[in-house]
Amino acid sequence: MNHFDWLSELLARYQDEHILVRRGSATQLAPAHLLEIDPEDWGRAAQVAAGYACRWAGVWAEQRDEEFVITAAVVREGDHLLLRTQVPVSAPLLTSHTPYFPGADRMERHVQDMYGLVFSDHPDARRWSRHNRWAPDSYPLRKAFALDSMPLPAAPEQDYNFIQTQGAGAYEIPVGPVHAGIIEPGHFRFQAVGETVLNLEERLGYVHKGIEKIAEGRDAPGLARLAGRVSGDSTVHHAWAACMAMERAARIMVPPRALALRAVLAERERIANHLGDIGAICNDVAFAFMWQQFARLRELWLRDNAACCGHRLLMDCIVPGGVAHDPDAAQLSHLRAAIDPLRRELATLYPILDDHPSLEDRLATTGVLSAEQARRLGCLGYVGKASGLDYDLRRDHPYAPYDRLHVHSPTFTAGDVEARMQVRMQEILDSLELLVTLLDTLPDGPVSAPWQAPAAGGEGIGLVEGWRGEIISYVRFGADGRIARYFPRDPSWLNWPALELLIHGNIVPDFPVCNKSVNGSYSGHDL
Amino acid sequence: MLRILNKIRRTGLITEDLPREPVLEQVGEQLRAGVARQFQGSLAIRQVDAGSCNACELEIHALNNGYYDIERYGVHFVASPRHADVLLVTGPVSVHMETALLRTYEATPAPKLVIAAGDCAACGGEFGCSYASRGAVSNVIPVDAVIPGCPPTPLALMQGILQALEQT
Ligand code: SF4
Repeated sequence: MNHFDWLSELLARYQDEHILVRRGSATQLAPAHLLEIDPEDWGRAAQVAAGYACRWAGVWAEQRDEEFVITAAVVREGDHLLLRTQVPVSAPLLTSHTPYFPGADRMERHVQDMYGLVFSDHPDARRWSRHNRWAPDSYPLRKAFALDSMPLPAAPEQDYNFIQTQGAGAYEIPVGPVHAGIIEPGHFRFQAVGETVLNLEERLGYVHKGIEKIAEGRDAPGLARLAGRVSGDSTVHHAWAACMAMERAARIMVPPRALALRAVLAERERIANHLGDIGAICNDVAFAFMWQQFARLRELWLRDNAACCGHRLLMDCIVPGGVAHDPDAAQLSHLRAAIDPLRRELATLYPILDDHPSLEDRLATTGVLSAEQARRLGCLGYVGKASGLDYDLRRDHPYAPYDRLHVHSPTFTAGDVEARMQVRMQEILDSLELLVTLLDTLPDGPVSAPWQAPAAGGEGIGLVEGWRGEIISYVRFGADGRIARYFPRDPSWLNWPALELLIHGNIVPDFPVCNKSVNGSYSGHDL
Repeated sequence: MLRILNKIRRTGLITEDLPREPVLEQVGEQLRAGVARQFQGSLAIRQVDAGSCNACELEIHALNNGYYDIERYGVHFVASPRHADVLLVTGPVSVHMETALLRTYEATPAPKLVIAAGDCAACGGEFGCSYASRGAVSNVIPVDAVIPGCPPTPLALMQGILQALEQT
């Protein structure tokens, strides 16, 4: 099957609907396909894509002089189609994708808060990323907005209308932004009766630290460092996505050894996070034994990172053009030798996870996300896979070095906490298998290509399968090799809304484990 | 159940004599002694993420794994600032977290210590000051000690907590 086989059918449907494609390009933002359309057709283009089994994957804007350029990604069969349109800054109005793709809700509101671009038929008029600390009529990502603008004085967010419940016995539980554990901040508003959750509403944006704005004007290595801190637990994957976008913009070929080493780092990151999550899920149902066992395995894994890759969490290992460090033979054989011991440990722990009755009792049928809900939201990674969505970029639209590897992607149908844990369990084994192949067939040669910035206007897209799921990074260069626009689309954007759905009808005390099973990144979402 | 007991037996005790170098071994003992002297043997820490990228949290979490097991020195993490002796704050303080951080600080009974953990908390790090970030924690609340690193390793965190105790 060839990539974009399906595109001609979609284009035919666009023609039937009188949606005019002004320009199409298969190369400008390759491997994605770009279609430029008129702003009047923006909403309908999404409607037709929704009717043609596409999933929605993101939207971002950019100010270019007196125009806003808006780009949205829809995906089918692992192929990314980018829809693009322009509206004047003086009349920033567009129709919304949210009526057809509910996953677009918050990202459109983010664009609205950051640019003042209004999505006219958006079903929810409330702000999202703005928390009353900048004026409603000032927009941080507009060029005229100064990076060091003084925030407004702190005022309580009283004008954000949460959904209310009324009736006998119904009550509200506000939680956060500061939570009880060692975790990131965010606000959850529960409506409950007795122990049962009637509704949950998330309010995020607390760790918004202006990542998109401070990216502007950075050089390529500076952007790679920033990308590695979009969501610290995904430092490898975000840095890879950003570097991939910059390298595509600059038409730089990354040497084969560097690509293989990037995948080694990426699979190690996936394993480290899954080990931590499995332990944490068990901890949230008071199975301390498993928590300690997995925390132990994770710690050993991180120590190997430090010894062989130079950083426990692998920060700043990926740089524009390649990787920062070429491990020596001893370090490589150490990494290779760590694989079988981990497999043996898992072989004794997995059977316990599989049939421990009290664990089963807490995890199975808890926090169910149906396949239909997951599909409508466009859920990614283990959240999608646990609800039957079989997407994995490494397999569906492989980027080097995965194009020469066999990637297995586990899917389950139960959609519950247990299934989300089972995806992680299987993915650890699959990643270990990939590591064996990567380390046994590691190409020789240099580990980086010299960085050469592209001319102003050069743009590129990075697409990787992070441990949470697909990451999309968009980069456009301005003059002097400086970044004009960076937008990282963390998978958490599309998985956070799933938590609101899957918690329905569960008991309040099961919220922590449901939340952990989704494990959205606050930082990656809040930007 | 047998499998679990078996695994526990075979895993054995992994907690390390922390740390192997003699200087740091001293540090471990000093931490215990400092906690004993100043906090009756029990130091309660409330961790506050004021805008971090979340990697600092990962390493703070690691303090509770069997290798570091910071509880053996009497140091433990609590769920409420009202129970805390120490606030361990990470991240540049995002403008959106400023109020929450101030309120957490106010809710912590005096005498209290504030430790800024990580480069962001120490000086603003990669994010600095902007319309969305107040930068270093000391720009928002009084800070008694900083622990550099991006993120600080679990070992650096333990040393930093000790140093904070020694300074007071
Ligand atoms: S110091 Fe580093 S690890 Fe910690 S929050 Fe800042 S960027 Fe993240």
